[in-house]
Amino acid sequence: MIKVEGLTKRYGRVVAVDDISFEVQKGQIVGFLGPNGAGKTTTMRVLTCFLPPTSGTVRIAGFDVLEQPLEVKRRIGYLPESPPLYPEMEVTEYLSFVGRLKGIPKRDLKRRVDEVCDRCAIGEYRNKLISKLSRGYRQRVGLAQAIIHNPDVLILDEPTAGLDPKQIIETRELIKSLAGEHTIILSTHILSEVEQTCQHVIIINKGRLAAPPDTVENLTRRLRGAESVAVEIEPRDGVPDAATAQRRLEQVAGVSRVLPRDGREGRLLFEVESLQGRQVRAELARAVVEAGWNLTELRPVALSLEKIFLELTASEQAAGGAQ
Amino acid sequence: MRNILTIYRKELKSYFASWVGYAIIAFFAVVFGYFFYVATAIFVNQSFQSQMMGRGFPMDMHEWVIRPLMMNVSVIGLFIIPMITMRLFAEEKRSGTIELLMTSPVRDVEIVLGKWLAATTFYACVLAISALDLIFLFVYGNPDWKPILVAYLGLLLQGACLLAFGTFISSLTRNQIIAAGGTFAVCLLLWVFEWVTAYETSTWARVVSYLSVLTHFEPFAKGLLDSKDVVYYISTIFLGLFLTVRSLESLRWRA
Repeated sequence: MIKVEGLTKRYGRVVAVDDISFEVQKGQIVGFLGPNGAGKTTTMRVLTCFLPPTSGTVRIAGFDVLEQPLEVKRRIGYLPESPPLYPEMEVTEYLSFVGRLKGIPKRDLKRRVDEVCDRCAIGEYRNKLISKLSRGYRQRVGLAQAIIHNPDVLILDEPTAGLDPKQIIETRELIKSLAGEHTIILSTHILSEVEQTCQHVIIINKGRLAAPPDTVENLTRRLRGAESVAVEIEPRDGVPDAATAQRRLEQVAGVSRVLPRDGREGRLLFEVESLQGRQVRAELARAVVEAGWNLTELRPVALSLEKIFLELTASEQAAGGAQ
Repeated sequence: MRNILTIYRKELKSYFASWVGYAIIAFFAVVFGYFFYVATAIFVNQSFQSQMMGRGFPMDMHEWVIRPLMMNVSVIGLFIIPMITMRLFAEEKRSGTIELLMTSPVRDVEIVLGKWLAATTFYACVLAISALDLIFLFVYGNPDWKPILVAYLGLLLQGACLLAFGTFISSLTRNQIIAAGGTFAVCLLLWVFEWVTAYETSTWARVVSYLSVLTHFEPFAKGLLDSKDVVYYISTIFLGLFLTVRSLESLRWRA
Protein backbone atom coordinates (compact mmCIF):
# COMPACT_ATOMS: atom_id res chain seq x y z
CA MET A 1 0.00 0.00 0.00
CA ILE A 2 2.82 2.36 0.91
CA LYS A 3 6.22 1.97 -0.62
CA VAL A 4 9.09 4.26 0.29
CA GLU A 5 12.45 3.86 -1.40
CA GLY A 6 15.56 5.82 -0.55
CA LEU A 7 13.60 8.80 0.70
CA THR A 8 15.80 11.77 1.52
CA LYS A 9 14.61 15.23 2.50
CA ARG A 10 16.91 18.17 3.00
CA TYR A 11 16.03 21.62 4.28
CA GLY A 12 18.83 23.67 2.84
CA ARG A 13 21.92 21.97 4.25
CA VAL A 14 20.11 20.22 7.08
CA VAL A 15 19.27 16.61 6.31
CA ALA A 16 15.95 15.87 8.00
CA VAL A 17 15.39 12.43 6.55
CA ASP A 18 18.27 10.39 5.20
CA ASP A 19 17.76 7.50 2.79
CA ILE A 20 14.76 5.78 4.38
CA SER A 21 13.12 2.76 2.79
CA PHE A 22 10.16 0.81 4.05
CA GLU A 23 6.96 -0.80 2.92
CA VAL A 24 3.57 -1.04 4.55
CA GLN A 25 1.02 -3.68 3.60
CA LYS A 26 -2.70 -3.09 3.33
CA GLY A 27 -4.59 -3.07 6.60
CA GLN A 28 -1.58 -2.80 8.90
CA ILE A 29 -1.13 -0.37 11.75
CA VAL A 30 2.44 0.79 11.71
CA GLY A 31 4.03 2.75 14.49
CA PHE A 32 6.51 5.34 13.45
CA LEU A 33 8.72 5.71 16.44
CA GLY A 34 11.46 8.14 17.22
CA PRO A 35 12.54 10.89 19.59
CA ASN A 36 11.49 14.46 18.90
CA GLY A 37 13.21 15.86 15.85
CA ALA A 38 13.97 12.43 14.38
CA GLY A 39 12.25 13.23 11.09
CA LYS A 40 8.86 11.63 11.74
CA THR A 41 6.78 14.64 10.80
CA THR A 42 8.92 15.35 7.75
CA THR A 43 8.46 11.79 6.49
CA MET A 44 4.72 12.03 7.02
CA ARG A 45 4.56 15.34 5.20
CA VAL A 46 6.28 13.75 2.25
CA LEU A 47 3.83 10.84 2.31
CA THR A 48 0.91 13.28 2.26
CA CYS A 49 2.34 15.34 -0.62
CA PHE A 50 2.72 18.38 1.62
CA LEU A 51 6.44 18.39 0.97
CA PRO A 52 8.25 16.97 -2.05
CA PRO A 53 11.09 14.54 -1.39
CA THR A 54 14.61 15.74 -2.20
CA SER A 55 15.34 12.32 -3.63
CA GLY A 56 13.91 8.84 -3.56
CA THR A 57 10.45 7.65 -4.49
CA VAL A 58 7.28 7.38 -2.47
CA ARG A 59 4.31 5.46 -3.81
CA ILE A 60 0.92 5.30 -2.17
CA ALA A 61 -1.49 2.71 -3.59
CA GLY A 62 0.73 2.65 -6.66
CA PHE A 63 0.70 6.41 -7.26
CA ASP A 64 3.86 8.47 -7.04
CA VAL A 65 3.66 11.53 -4.76
CA LEU A 66 5.47 13.72 -7.27
CA GLU A 67 3.85 12.50 -10.46
CA GLN A 68 0.23 12.06 -9.39
CA PRO A 69 -0.25 14.05 -6.18
CA LEU A 70 -4.00 14.47 -6.70
CA GLU A 71 -4.52 10.71 -6.89
CA VAL A 72 -2.39 10.22 -3.79
CA LYS A 73 -4.21 12.94 -1.87
CA ARG A 74 -7.56 11.37 -2.73
CA ARG A 75 -6.46 8.18 -0.99
CA ILE A 76 -4.93 9.73 2.08
CA GLY A 77 -6.40 10.98 5.33
CA TYR A 78 -4.01 13.09 7.32
CA LEU A 79 -4.14 14.33 10.87
CA PRO A 80 -1.23 16.71 11.46
CA GLU A 81 0.24 17.24 14.89
CA SER A 82 -2.14 20.08 15.65
CA PRO A 83 -5.55 19.30 14.15
CA PRO A 84 -6.22 21.64 11.20
CA LEU A 85 -9.46 23.17 12.46
CA TYR A 86 -11.26 26.41 11.74
CA PRO A 87 -12.38 27.66 15.18
CA GLU A 88 -15.14 29.85 13.74
CA MET A 89 -16.94 26.87 12.19
CA GLU A 90 -19.40 24.44 13.71
CA VAL A 91 -18.36 20.79 13.78
CA THR A 92 -20.72 19.58 11.05
CA GLU A 93 -20.06 22.65 8.95
CA TYR A 94 -16.35 21.96 9.18
CA LEU A 95 -16.73 18.27 8.35
CA SER A 96 -18.93 19.07 5.34
CA PHE A 97 -16.33 21.56 4.15
CA VAL A 98 -13.56 18.98 4.42
CA GLY A 99 -15.83 16.38 2.81
CA ARG A 100 -16.45 18.60 -0.20
CA LEU A 101 -12.75 19.42 -0.36
CA LYS A 102 -11.93 15.72 -0.46
CA GLY A 103 -14.36 15.23 -3.30
CA ILE A 104 -17.26 13.40 -1.63
CA PRO A 105 -20.30 13.58 -3.92
CA LYS A 106 -23.01 15.91 -2.69
CA ARG A 107 -25.61 13.17 -2.16
CA ASP A 108 -23.28 11.19 0.15
CA LEU A 109 -21.97 14.14 2.10
CA LYS A 110 -24.57 14.30 4.86
CA ARG A 111 -24.45 10.56 5.41
CA ARG A 112 -20.67 10.55 5.65
CA VAL A 113 -20.67 13.43 8.13
CA ASP A 114 -23.17 11.54 10.31
CA GLU A 115 -21.09 8.38 10.06
CA VAL A 116 -17.83 9.94 11.15
CA CYS A 117 -19.59 11.85 13.93
CA ASP A 118 -20.82 8.50 15.27
CA ARG A 119 -17.51 6.83 14.71
CA CYS A 120 -15.56 9.45 16.60
CA ALA A 121 -18.24 9.96 19.26
CA ILE A 122 -18.73 13.65 18.62
CA GLY A 123 -22.45 13.42 17.88
CA GLU A 124 -23.53 15.53 20.81
CA TYR A 125 -21.12 18.31 19.88
CA ARG A 126 -22.00 18.44 16.21
CA ASN A 127 -23.59 21.87 16.37
CA LYS A 128 -20.98 23.44 18.60
CA LEU A 129 -18.38 25.91 17.48
CA ILE A 130 -14.99 24.25 17.22
CA SER A 131 -13.47 27.07 19.28
CA LYS A 132 -15.65 25.93 22.22
CA LEU A 133 -14.44 22.32 22.15
CA SER A 134 -11.88 20.87 24.57
CA ARG A 135 -8.51 19.57 23.39
CA GLY A 136 -9.68 15.96 23.35
CA TYR A 137 -12.75 16.69 21.28
CA ARG A 138 -10.77 18.80 18.86
CA GLN A 139 -8.51 15.82 18.36
CA ARG A 140 -11.55 13.69 17.60
CA VAL A 141 -12.85 16.20 15.10
CA GLY A 142 -9.38 16.11 13.58
CA LEU A 143 -9.60 12.35 13.31
CA ALA A 144 -13.12 12.56 11.88
CA GLN A 145 -11.78 14.95 9.29
CA ALA A 146 -9.06 12.47 8.34
CA ILE A 147 -11.42 9.55 7.76
CA ILE A 148 -14.38 11.38 6.21
CA HIS A 149 -13.60 10.35 2.65
CA ASN A 150 -12.87 6.77 3.70
CA PRO A 151 -9.23 6.90 2.61
CA ASP A 152 -7.12 3.82 2.00
CA VAL A 153 -4.28 5.25 4.03
CA LEU A 154 -4.49 7.13 7.30
CA ILE A 155 -1.52 9.14 8.45
CA LEU A 156 -1.68 10.32 12.03
CA ASP A 157 1.02 12.55 13.45
CA GLU A 158 1.19 12.07 17.22
CA PRO A 159 -2.55 11.48 17.56
CA THR A 160 -2.46 11.24 21.36
CA ALA A 161 -0.16 14.17 22.12
CA GLY A 162 -1.61 16.53 24.69
CA LEU A 163 -4.54 14.35 25.72
CA ASP A 164 -5.36 13.17 29.23
CA PRO A 165 -4.97 9.45 30.05
CA LYS A 166 -8.65 8.61 29.51
CA GLN A 167 -8.69 10.39 26.16
CA ILE A 168 -5.46 8.64 25.18
CA ILE A 169 -7.04 5.23 25.79
CA GLU A 170 -10.19 6.23 23.87
CA THR A 171 -8.18 7.56 20.96
CA ARG A 172 -6.09 4.38 20.82
CA GLU A 173 -9.20 2.24 20.79
CA LEU A 174 -10.62 4.39 18.03
CA ILE A 175 -7.47 4.00 15.98
CA LYS A 176 -7.44 0.24 16.52
CA SER A 177 -11.06 0.03 15.41
CA LEU A 178 -10.09 1.77 12.18
CA ALA A 179 -7.48 -0.82 11.27
CA GLY A 180 -8.44 -3.35 8.66
CA GLU A 181 -10.39 -0.94 6.49
CA HIS A 182 -7.55 1.53 6.51
CA THR A 183 -3.81 1.21 6.42
CA ILE A 184 -2.57 3.34 9.28
CA ILE A 185 0.74 4.98 10.00
CA LEU A 186 0.93 6.76 13.30
CA SER A 187 3.92 8.55 14.69
CA THR A 188 4.75 8.84 18.32
CA HIS A 189 7.62 9.25 20.68
CA ILE A 190 5.80 7.24 23.34
CA LEU A 191 6.98 3.65 23.21
CA SER A 192 4.15 2.01 25.07
CA GLU A 193 1.78 3.44 22.51
CA VAL A 194 3.43 1.43 19.76
CA GLU A 195 3.37 -1.71 21.91
CA GLN A 196 -0.32 -1.27 22.55
CA THR A 197 -1.62 -0.08 19.21
CA CYS A 198 0.64 -1.23 16.43
CA GLN A 199 1.55 -4.54 14.85
CA HIS A 200 4.59 -3.19 13.11
CA VAL A 201 7.15 -0.67 14.10
CA ILE A 202 9.54 1.55 12.22
CA ILE A 203 12.15 3.16 14.39
CA ILE A 204 13.73 6.32 13.16
CA ASN A 205 16.47 8.37 14.73
CA LYS A 206 18.21 11.47 13.37
CA GLY A 207 16.58 10.93 10.00
CA ARG A 208 17.73 7.33 9.58
CA LEU A 209 16.07 4.01 10.17
CA ALA A 210 17.45 2.75 13.47
CA ALA A 211 16.27 -0.81 12.70
CA PRO A 212 14.68 -2.43 9.68
CA PRO A 213 10.88 -2.29 9.85
CA ASP A 214 9.56 -5.32 11.69
CA THR A 215 6.80 -6.59 13.90
CA VAL A 216 7.02 -5.57 17.51
CA GLU A 217 7.60 -9.20 18.66
CA ASN A 218 10.29 -9.92 16.07
CA LEU A 219 12.16 -6.82 16.95
CA THR A 220 12.16 -7.81 20.59
CA ARG A 221 13.30 -11.33 19.79
CA ARG A 222 16.01 -10.27 17.40
CA LEU A 223 17.53 -7.86 19.85
CA ARG A 224 17.27 -10.31 22.67
CA GLY A 225 19.90 -12.86 21.61
CA ALA A 226 20.50 -13.63 25.27
CA GLU A 227 17.73 -14.62 27.63
CA SER A 228 16.83 -12.58 30.63
CA VAL A 229 15.00 -14.33 33.47
CA ALA A 230 13.55 -13.08 36.72
CA VAL A 231 14.06 -15.52 39.60
CA GLU A 232 12.24 -15.06 42.89
CA ILE A 233 13.18 -17.05 45.95
CA GLU A 234 11.31 -17.10 49.25
CA PRO A 235 13.77 -17.50 52.15
CA ARG A 236 12.75 -19.59 55.17
CA ASP A 237 14.08 -18.38 58.53
CA GLY A 238 16.60 -16.13 56.80
CA VAL A 239 17.97 -18.97 54.64
CA PRO A 240 19.31 -18.38 52.12
CA ASP A 241 20.61 -14.82 52.46
CA ALA A 242 20.94 -12.69 49.34
CA ALA A 243 24.68 -13.20 48.90
CA THR A 244 24.51 -16.99 49.12
CA ALA A 245 21.60 -17.16 46.69
CA GLN A 246 23.34 -14.90 44.21
CA ARG A 247 26.52 -16.97 44.38
CA ARG A 248 24.54 -20.17 43.75
CA LEU A 249 22.76 -18.70 40.73
CA GLU A 250 26.02 -17.44 39.27
CA GLN A 251 27.38 -20.99 39.36
CA VAL A 252 24.65 -22.29 37.04
CA ALA A 253 26.08 -23.14 33.62
CA GLY A 254 25.28 -20.61 30.94
CA VAL A 255 24.62 -17.67 33.24
CA SER A 256 26.53 -14.54 32.35
CA ARG A 257 25.52 -12.35 35.27
CA VAL A 258 23.06 -12.03 38.11
CA LEU A 259 21.62 -8.69 39.11
CA PRO A 260 19.90 -8.35 42.51
CA ARG A 261 16.53 -6.58 42.33
CA ASP A 262 14.13 -5.37 45.00
CA GLY A 263 11.90 -8.26 45.99
CA ARG A 264 8.51 -7.89 47.64
CA GLU A 265 7.67 -9.07 51.17
CA GLY A 266 11.16 -10.20 52.06
CA ARG A 267 11.54 -12.39 48.98
CA LEU A 268 14.76 -12.31 47.02
CA LEU A 269 14.49 -11.27 43.42
CA PHE A 270 17.26 -11.59 40.84
CA GLU A 271 17.45 -10.82 37.19
CA VAL A 272 19.57 -13.48 35.56
CA GLU A 273 21.05 -12.92 32.12
CA SER A 274 22.21 -15.88 30.07
CA LEU A 275 25.12 -16.13 27.69
CA GLN A 276 24.34 -15.52 24.04
CA GLY A 277 22.06 -18.27 22.70
CA ARG A 278 21.76 -20.26 25.94
CA GLN A 279 18.52 -21.36 27.59
CA VAL A 280 19.00 -21.35 31.34
CA ARG A 281 15.51 -21.48 32.84
CA ALA A 282 15.45 -25.23 33.49
CA GLU A 283 18.94 -25.16 34.98
CA LEU A 284 18.06 -22.27 37.25
CA ALA A 285 14.94 -24.02 38.53
CA ARG A 286 16.86 -27.21 39.28
CA ALA A 287 19.66 -25.33 41.04
CA VAL A 288 17.26 -23.51 43.33
CA VAL A 289 15.18 -26.59 44.16
CA GLU A 290 18.24 -28.79 44.72
CA ALA A 291 19.54 -26.24 47.21
CA GLY A 292 16.28 -26.78 49.07
CA TRP A 293 14.97 -23.23 48.65
CA ASN A 294 11.47 -22.14 47.71
CA LEU A 295 11.24 -21.01 44.10
CA THR A 296 8.25 -18.68 43.97
CA GLU A 297 8.65 -17.22 40.54
CA LEU A 298 10.57 -17.86 37.35
CA ARG A 299 9.68 -15.86 34.28
CA PRO A 300 11.38 -14.52 31.16
CA VAL A 301 11.74 -10.78 31.18
CA ALA A 302 10.52 -9.17 27.97
CA LEU A 303 12.81 -6.52 26.72
CA SER A 304 10.62 -3.41 26.69
CA LEU A 305 10.60 -1.19 23.68
CA GLU A 306 12.09 1.39 25.94
CA LYS A 307 15.20 -0.71 26.24
CA ILE A 308 15.26 -1.66 22.58
CA PHE A 309 14.99 1.93 21.68
CA LEU A 310 17.77 3.07 23.95
CA GLU A 311 19.95 0.23 22.73
CA LEU A 312 19.35 1.03 19.09
CA THR A 313 19.86 4.75 19.40
CA ALA A 314 22.88 4.25 21.64
CA SER A 315 24.58 1.89 19.18
CA GLU A 316 23.76 4.36 16.44
CA GLN A 317 25.45 7.09 18.41
CA ALA A 318 28.47 4.93 19.13
CA ALA A 319 28.78 4.16 15.41
CA GLY A 320 28.41 7.85 14.61
CA GLY A 321 31.05 8.76 17.18
CA ALA A 322 33.51 6.25 15.73
CA GLN A 323 33.38 7.81 12.28
CA MET B 1 -14.74 24.24 -10.42
CA ARG B 2 -16.45 22.54 -7.49
CA ASN B 3 -13.29 22.92 -5.44
CA ILE B 4 -13.12 26.63 -6.19
CA LEU B 5 -16.72 26.96 -5.08
CA THR B 6 -16.06 25.01 -1.87
CA ILE B 7 -13.20 27.28 -0.89
CA TYR B 8 -15.08 30.37 -2.08
CA ARG B 9 -18.08 29.59 0.11
CA LYS B 10 -15.97 28.86 3.15
CA GLU B 11 -13.98 32.09 2.78
CA LEU B 12 -16.99 34.27 2.11
CA LYS B 13 -18.76 32.83 5.12
CA SER B 14 -15.79 33.45 7.36
CA TYR B 15 -15.91 37.16 6.46
CA PHE B 16 -19.36 37.30 7.97
CA ALA B 17 -18.62 34.87 10.81
CA SER B 18 -16.72 37.43 12.87
CA TRP B 19 -17.25 41.09 13.65
CA VAL B 20 -14.32 42.09 11.43
CA GLY B 21 -16.37 41.83 8.24
CA TYR B 22 -19.16 43.94 9.66
CA ALA B 23 -16.67 46.41 11.10
CA ILE B 24 -15.15 46.91 7.66
CA ILE B 25 -18.57 47.48 6.12
CA ALA B 26 -19.56 49.86 8.91
CA PHE B 27 -16.30 51.78 8.58
CA PHE B 28 -16.82 52.16 4.88
CA ALA B 29 -20.47 53.16 5.29
CA VAL B 30 -19.55 55.94 7.72
CA VAL B 31 -16.68 57.30 5.65
CA PHE B 32 -18.66 57.11 2.43
CA GLY B 33 -21.65 58.72 4.11
CA TYR B 34 -19.48 61.61 5.19
CA PHE B 35 -17.99 62.14 1.73
CA PHE B 36 -21.42 61.81 0.20
CA TYR B 37 -22.78 64.48 2.51
CA VAL B 38 -19.90 66.83 1.75
CA ALA B 39 -20.17 66.29 -2.01
CA THR B 40 -23.93 66.87 -2.11
CA ALA B 41 -23.70 69.84 0.26
CA ILE B 42 -21.17 71.50 -2.02
CA PHE B 43 -23.30 70.64 -5.02
CA VAL B 44 -26.43 72.16 -3.49
CA ASN B 45 -24.51 75.23 -2.40
CA GLN B 46 -22.97 75.72 -5.81
CA SER B 47 -26.24 75.28 -7.63
CA PHE B 48 -27.88 77.92 -5.41
CA GLN B 49 -25.07 80.31 -6.18
CA SER B 50 -25.17 79.71 -9.90
CA GLN B 51 -28.92 80.15 -9.84
CA MET B 52 -28.54 83.51 -8.08
CA MET B 53 -25.94 84.58 -10.59
CA GLY B 54 -28.39 83.67 -13.29
CA ARG B 55 -26.44 80.81 -14.81
CA GLY B 56 -28.24 77.81 -16.21
CA PHE B 57 -29.39 75.64 -13.34
CA PRO B 58 -28.95 72.00 -14.31
CA MET B 59 -25.35 71.46 -13.27
CA ASP B 60 -23.72 68.16 -14.13
CA MET B 61 -24.45 65.97 -11.15
CA HIS B 62 -22.00 63.32 -12.29
CA GLU B 63 -19.21 65.86 -12.58
CA TRP B 64 -19.94 67.48 -9.23
CA VAL B 65 -21.05 64.61 -7.01
CA ILE B 66 -20.39 61.18 -8.43
CA ARG B 67 -16.92 61.73 -9.83
CA PRO B 68 -15.25 63.23 -6.73
CA LEU B 69 -17.09 60.69 -4.63
CA MET B 70 -15.80 57.79 -6.69
CA MET B 71 -12.26 59.16 -6.60
CA ASN B 72 -12.55 59.24 -2.82
CA VAL B 73 -13.88 55.69 -2.69
CA SER B 74 -10.99 54.45 -4.74
CA VAL B 75 -8.63 55.91 -2.13
CA ILE B 76 -10.67 54.52 0.79
CA GLY B 77 -10.34 51.18 -0.94
CA LEU B 78 -6.58 51.32 -0.43
CA PHE B 79 -7.18 51.28 3.31
CA ILE B 80 -9.86 48.61 3.30
CA ILE B 81 -8.17 46.11 1.02
CA PRO B 82 -5.35 45.15 3.42
CA MET B 83 -7.99 44.38 6.04
CA ILE B 84 -9.78 42.08 3.62
CA THR B 85 -6.78 40.13 2.40
CA MET B 86 -4.55 39.94 5.47
CA ARG B 87 -6.24 36.78 6.79
CA LEU B 88 -6.49 34.81 3.58
CA PHE B 89 -3.31 32.77 3.74
CA ALA B 90 -1.48 34.16 6.79
CA GLU B 91 -4.13 32.78 9.14
CA GLU B 92 -4.11 29.35 7.48
CA LYS B 93 -0.35 29.24 7.77
CA ARG B 94 -0.38 30.29 11.40
CA SER B 95 -3.04 27.83 12.52
CA GLY B 96 -1.75 24.96 10.38
CA THR B 97 -4.95 24.56 8.37
CA ILE B 98 -2.85 25.16 5.28
CA GLU B 99 -1.76 21.53 5.72
CA LEU B 100 -5.37 20.47 5.30
CA LEU B 101 -5.79 22.49 2.11
CA MET B 102 -2.51 21.37 0.62
CA THR B 103 -3.01 17.69 1.39
CA SER B 104 -6.53 17.68 -0.07
CA PRO B 105 -7.08 16.73 -3.70
CA VAL B 106 -7.29 20.37 -4.74
CA ARG B 107 -5.01 22.30 -7.08
CA ASP B 108 -3.13 25.33 -5.82
CA VAL B 109 -4.81 27.46 -8.49
CA GLU B 110 -8.22 26.43 -7.17
CA ILE B 111 -7.31 27.45 -3.62
CA VAL B 112 -6.02 30.82 -4.80
CA LEU B 113 -9.00 31.52 -7.09
CA GLY B 114 -11.50 30.52 -4.43
CA LYS B 115 -9.95 32.82 -1.87
CA TRP B 116 -9.48 35.74 -4.22
CA LEU B 117 -13.02 35.48 -5.59
CA ALA B 118 -14.37 35.47 -2.03
CA ALA B 119 -12.31 38.54 -1.17
CA THR B 120 -13.54 40.30 -4.32
CA THR B 121 -17.14 39.38 -3.55
CA PHE B 122 -16.78 40.73 -0.05
CA TYR B 123 -15.29 43.94 -1.45
CA ALA B 124 -18.28 44.17 -3.78
CA CYS B 125 -20.56 43.86 -0.73
CA VAL B 126 -18.66 46.70 0.93
CA LEU B 127 -19.07 48.87 -2.19
CA ALA B 128 -22.74 47.93 -2.44
CA ILE B 129 -23.38 49.64 0.90
CA SER B 130 -22.64 52.97 -0.80
CA ALA B 131 -25.63 52.43 -3.10
CA LEU B 132 -27.83 53.25 -0.09
CA ASP B 133 -26.59 56.83 -0.26
CA LEU B 134 -26.78 57.05 -4.02
CA ILE B 135 -30.47 56.12 -3.94
CA PHE B 136 -31.11 59.60 -2.59
CA LEU B 137 -29.63 61.11 -5.73
CA PHE B 138 -32.17 59.18 -7.76
CA VAL B 139 -35.00 60.13 -5.41
CA TYR B 140 -34.31 63.87 -5.49
CA GLY B 141 -32.55 64.20 -8.80
CA ASN B 142 -32.13 62.56 -12.12
CA PRO B 143 -28.54 61.44 -12.58
CA ASP B 144 -27.53 59.28 -15.51
CA TRP B 145 -27.10 55.72 -14.23
CA LYS B 146 -24.78 54.45 -16.94
CA PRO B 147 -21.64 56.37 -15.94
CA ILE B 148 -22.35 55.43 -12.33
CA LEU B 149 -22.32 51.80 -13.33
CA VAL B 150 -19.05 52.30 -15.18
CA ALA B 151 -17.56 53.96 -12.10
CA TYR B 152 -18.59 51.01 -9.95
CA LEU B 153 -17.14 48.61 -12.48
CA GLY B 154 -13.90 50.58 -12.21
CA LEU B 155 -13.95 50.39 -8.42
CA LEU B 156 -14.48 46.66 -8.57
CA LEU B 157 -11.68 46.16 -11.09
CA GLN B 158 -9.31 48.31 -9.09
CA GLY B 159 -10.28 46.45 -5.93
CA ALA B 160 -9.88 43.05 -7.58
CA CYS B 161 -6.41 44.00 -8.74
CA LEU B 162 -5.26 45.20 -5.32
CA LEU B 163 -6.94 42.20 -3.66
CA ALA B 164 -4.91 39.92 -5.91
CA PHE B 165 -1.72 41.57 -4.65
CA GLY B 166 -3.02 41.45 -1.09
CA THR B 167 -3.66 37.72 -1.47
CA PHE B 168 -0.13 37.30 -2.73
CA ILE B 169 1.38 39.19 0.19
CA SER B 170 -0.75 37.24 2.65
CA SER B 171 0.70 34.02 1.24
CA LEU B 172 4.21 35.20 2.05
CA THR B 173 3.85 35.38 5.82
CA ARG B 174 2.16 33.74 8.74
CA ASN B 175 1.64 37.05 10.50
CA GLN B 176 -1.56 38.91 9.63
CA ILE B 177 -0.17 42.26 10.76
CA ILE B 178 2.79 41.93 8.41
CA ALA B 179 0.43 40.86 5.62
CA ALA B 180 -1.77 43.90 6.20
CA GLY B 181 1.20 46.26 6.49
CA GLY B 182 2.83 44.92 3.35
CA THR B 183 -0.38 45.11 1.38
CA PHE B 184 -0.99 48.65 2.56
CA ALA B 185 2.53 49.63 1.51
CA VAL B 186 1.96 48.21 -1.98
CA CYS B 187 -1.44 49.90 -2.25
CA LEU B 188 0.10 53.19 -1.17
CA LEU B 189 2.93 52.83 -3.66
CA LEU B 190 0.54 52.09 -6.50
CA TRP B 191 -1.41 55.15 -5.46
CA VAL B 192 1.45 57.67 -5.17
CA PHE B 193 2.94 56.59 -8.52
CA GLU B 194 0.18 58.70 -9.96
CA TRP B 195 1.61 61.87 -8.44
CA VAL B 196 4.86 61.59 -10.39
CA THR B 197 3.34 63.26 -13.43
CA ALA B 198 2.57 66.31 -11.32
CA TYR B 199 6.18 67.51 -11.51
CA GLU B 200 7.57 65.44 -14.34
CA THR B 201 6.40 64.81 -17.86
CA SER B 202 9.32 62.76 -19.14
CA THR B 203 8.82 59.26 -20.47
CA TRP B 204 9.82 57.49 -17.27
CA ALA B 205 7.42 59.60 -15.26
CA ARG B 206 4.63 58.62 -17.58
CA VAL B 207 5.62 54.97 -17.32
CA VAL B 208 5.60 55.15 -13.51
CA SER B 209 2.30 56.93 -13.58
CA TYR B 210 0.91 54.31 -15.92
CA LEU B 211 1.67 51.70 -13.24
CA SER B 212 -0.55 53.47 -10.73
CA VAL B 213 -3.96 51.95 -10.12
CA LEU B 214 -5.44 55.43 -9.71
CA THR B 215 -4.30 56.65 -13.12
CA HIS B 216 -6.40 53.94 -14.63
CA PHE B 217 -9.34 54.60 -12.41
CA GLU B 218 -9.83 58.24 -13.43
CA PRO B 219 -11.49 57.47 -16.77
CA PHE B 220 -13.88 55.10 -14.99
CA ALA B 221 -14.80 57.85 -12.52
CA LYS B 222 -15.63 60.07 -15.45
CA GLY B 223 -17.86 57.34 -16.80
CA LEU B 224 -15.45 56.39 -19.56
CA LEU B 225 -14.98 52.72 -20.30
CA ASP B 226 -11.57 52.50 -21.97
CA SER B 227 -10.24 49.10 -23.01
CA LYS B 228 -6.70 50.26 -22.16
CA ASP B 229 -7.62 50.56 -18.49
CA VAL B 230 -9.63 47.35 -18.43
CA VAL B 231 -6.63 45.55 -19.90
CA TYR B 232 -4.38 47.10 -17.25
CA TYR B 233 -6.56 45.85 -14.43
CA ILE B 234 -7.12 42.41 -15.84
CA SER B 235 -3.44 41.89 -16.52
CA THR B 236 -2.45 43.03 -13.02
CA ILE B 237 -5.06 40.69 -11.55
CA PHE B 238 -3.44 37.88 -13.52
CA LEU B 239 -0.01 38.91 -12.30
CA GLY B 240 -1.14 39.00 -8.66
CA LEU B 241 -2.84 35.62 -8.83
CA PHE B 242 0.04 34.08 -10.74
CA LEU B 243 2.46 35.25 -8.06
CA THR B 244 0.20 33.82 -5.36
CA VAL B 245 0.08 30.40 -7.01
CA ARG B 246 3.84 30.45 -7.36
CA SER B 247 4.28 31.47 -3.74
CA LEU B 248 1.99 28.65 -2.63
CA GLU B 249 4.01 26.20 -4.69
CA SER B 250 7.24 27.50 -3.22
CA LEU B 251 5.83 26.83 0.24
CA ARG B 252 6.30 23.16 -0.49
CA TRP B 253 9.89 23.60 -1.53
CA ARG B 254 10.89 26.02 1.20
CA ALA B 255 8.75 24.62 4.00
